[in-house]
Amino acid sequence: MTRRTRTHATAGGLGGAVLLVLATVTAGASTAGASSAGSTPPGGGVVTDISGVGDVTLTVWDQEVRGGQNEQMEQLNTAFSQKYPNVTIERNSQSFDDLETTLRLAITDTDAPDVVQANNGRNMMGQFVATGLLRPLDDYAVAYGWNDRYSPTVLQYSTYSEDATIFGEGNLYGLPQVGEVVGVFYSKSKLAELGLEVPANWPAFDEALAAAAEAGETPLLLGNIEQWPALHVFGPVQGSYVDPTQITTLGLGNPGASWTTSDNVEAAAAVQAWADAGYFNEGVNGTEYDAAWQALTAGDGVFLIGGSWLAADLSDAMGDDVGFFLPATDAGPLASTGGTGLPFTVTSAADNPDVAAAYIDFITNDEAMQVLADTGNLPVNRTAEIAPESGVLADVFTVFADVTENGSLLPYLDYATPTFADTIGQALQELLDGRTTPEEFLERLEADYSEFVASNE
Amino acid sequence: MNDAAPAAGRGGPGRPGQLRRSLVPYAYLAPALALYGAFMLVPLGRATQYSLMEWDGIGSPKFVGLDNFVDIVRDERLREAFRHALVLIFFYAILPVALGLVLAALLTRSRVRGLGFFRTVIFLPQVIAMVVVAVTWRQIYAPDGALNNVLRLVGLDRLTRTWLGDYTLTLPAVGLIGTWVSTGLATVLLMAGMSKVPRDLYEAARLDGAGAVREFFAITLPAVRGETVVALTLTIIAALKTFDLVYVTTSGGPGTSTTVPSYEVYRLAFEVGDIGGAAAMGIALTIVVFVITALVNRIGGGRVGEAR
Repeated sequence: MTRRTRTHATAGGLGGAVLLVLATVTAGASTAGASSAGSTPPGGGVVTDISGVGDVTLTVWDQEVRGGQNEQMEQLNTAFSQKYPNVTIERNSQSFDDLETTLRLAITDTDAPDVVQANNGRNMMGQFVATGLLRPLDDYAVAYGWNDRYSPTVLQYSTYSEDATIFGEGNLYGLPQVGEVVGVFYSKSKLAELGLEVPANWPAFDEALAAAAEAGETPLLLGNIEQWPALHVFGPVQGSYVDPTQITTLGLGNPGASWTTSDNVEAAAAVQAWADAGYFNEGVNGTEYDAAWQALTAGDGVFLIGGSWLAADLSDAMGDDVGFFLPATDAGPLASTGGTGLPFTVTSAADNPDVAAAYIDFITNDEAMQVLADTGNLPVNRTAEIAPESGVLADVFTVFADVTENGSLLPYLDYATPTFADTIGQALQELLDGRTTPEEFLERLEADYSEFVASNE
Repeated sequence: MNDAAPAAGRGGPGRPGQLRRSLVPYAYLAPALALYGAFMLVPLGRATQYSLMEWDGIGSPKFVGLDNFVDIVRDERLREAFRHALVLIFFYAILPVALGLVLAALLTRSRVRGLGFFRTVIFLPQVIAMVVVAVTWRQIYAPDGALNNVLRLVGLDRLTRTWLGDYTLTLPAVGLIGTWVSTGLATVLLMAGMSKVPRDLYEAARLDGAGAVREFFAITLPAVRGETVVALTLTIIAALKTFDLVYVTTSGGPGTSTTVPSYEVYRLAFEVGDIGGAAAMGIALTIVVFVITALVNRIGGGRVGEAR
């Protein structure tokens, strides 16, 4: 689940009702464009100039509903329609939560949409791939040069083996527009008051936490009532202790790694040590995610480990006082949890895959990245090049570019197995509460992981 | 619930001349029945069907018999959810009805000015959408929320807790929100029942030397037995099918300490993608609701329908 920005206030129970309605609504859409001109010839040749395919309708399901997200989508759709007047885009936009619950039915429908934004994880994209509902895009990747456009550390999150048992290798199934990375937000004035520099690496970060605690400040803010926020704390810490390829194997639920290693124990112990030392605000497991970052804006804390999606809200509230950084690992390069926005994929039922692929190419090309940056999003490519001059967004762009180009973008750990979000969420709550030891914590993760890997063989 | 039975019986068989007339009640029932069938019975049937299958919602379902139900019994997490639901019955049903009895007795007996006002205030939580209630209470229970602030204000700093992040206290904390919501319903129902009790009964009791407490147990309580059973039935069902409150306040946490069956249904269906398991959980919950409410009605005397 990439988009952890979702609030839990949405009544999930509604999902079921909306589900039925939408399935019937979409049954009526997207019937045009059945012309055979663009269908893939058996030789594998693909058409990249779609101006000659005749009048077609392209049905797109996305979840770009928030301010800047919606704005970029509208701009890009308009530009696409101007470039290809023969293509009519039928856009169906829903919130992340709604899309998660409705997509399953929609995509299995005989009249499925052509382009859908599918969550990278095994629960969504993986299942779609396994049942043959998505079209592999490797031929288009060659034709359009997508492998040059994207960093491999990004593309792996929309890559699966044909039977979807392996995540991160095999065929390419989609392209994301935006990136996400977890790092450390901090209050510049607090840091100055404490006489501290921005910590360059994790040991320095530890010292900064200790100094802040000494001075009577709350060093590290965390709101973990929702269970997933602690994953974003554990992720970067794990990145500093454990080899990135190991983490990627574990995080993507592929065989060949183990949670119960000594370096994972060190990572878990480090997080628990922060809790034991009282570095976190009181009662993290009973504090809301939003309350934690709001505490930073209110000057009630020094550091906050969180995702790049918080930058906009934090900078609205704190202006130039907020900064963003990522401590370097012992090995040197940066490594942190992160990922991409939901990738745009082409369904197997797409009437005209050429048009669908051309659309995806268009909304992820270099100009599109500029549009994304202009509308306040974090573009997944050319990030450093088009970074804003100053402010916290400049920091975020720099960190993301550095991680994707020179370091490792580690997967959200809950990608691993269908049940892993719950398993690690609960296990982390217990770890922070001091109810389990790091070893017991890791055994729980290992049990879930190894059971899943075994079931895939 | 079984209102249909007497209505249908009136036409009576054995009088062929009235056959056509005997169909008329059914014609009146038909629209409601069709709606009920389409939106209640058909989904229930489909859920039962899914509960016997292993299905991720996308691929082709595989028939697995009762395996999903066996899983419910075996899986500690799912069993735990049912245990939590039983704890919630205390907070949602038993406590509110007990409070309701006392409140209703006080409100009907004492001639308070502005009775309507108090009744409205007590009933108000019932009217507010559960999601709103949950969001409000989440803030009250927050580490810097109203509850802890009040405790600090009166010098009870030692009692402050992370109410929604404590492994032992969170379930009761969530349950008390349910108490707050259900008490209004129970009180208003019981007040209606108590207002029907003839005044002279109380006078007679008083002449016999009974005090207020004695009156309550000898007259009021037996008189509102029907209403009590109705209140218990409604609130127990609410307790067992709680979803929104848990979803919004704790997501079942910390750990799994507040998961409930409905939350597990949601999780299995929409997060894990195990439609069969979710359907089985739903069916199991339906059965539990039926059994417990049947039991309550049995114990409370079977004439609830009339008491209403």
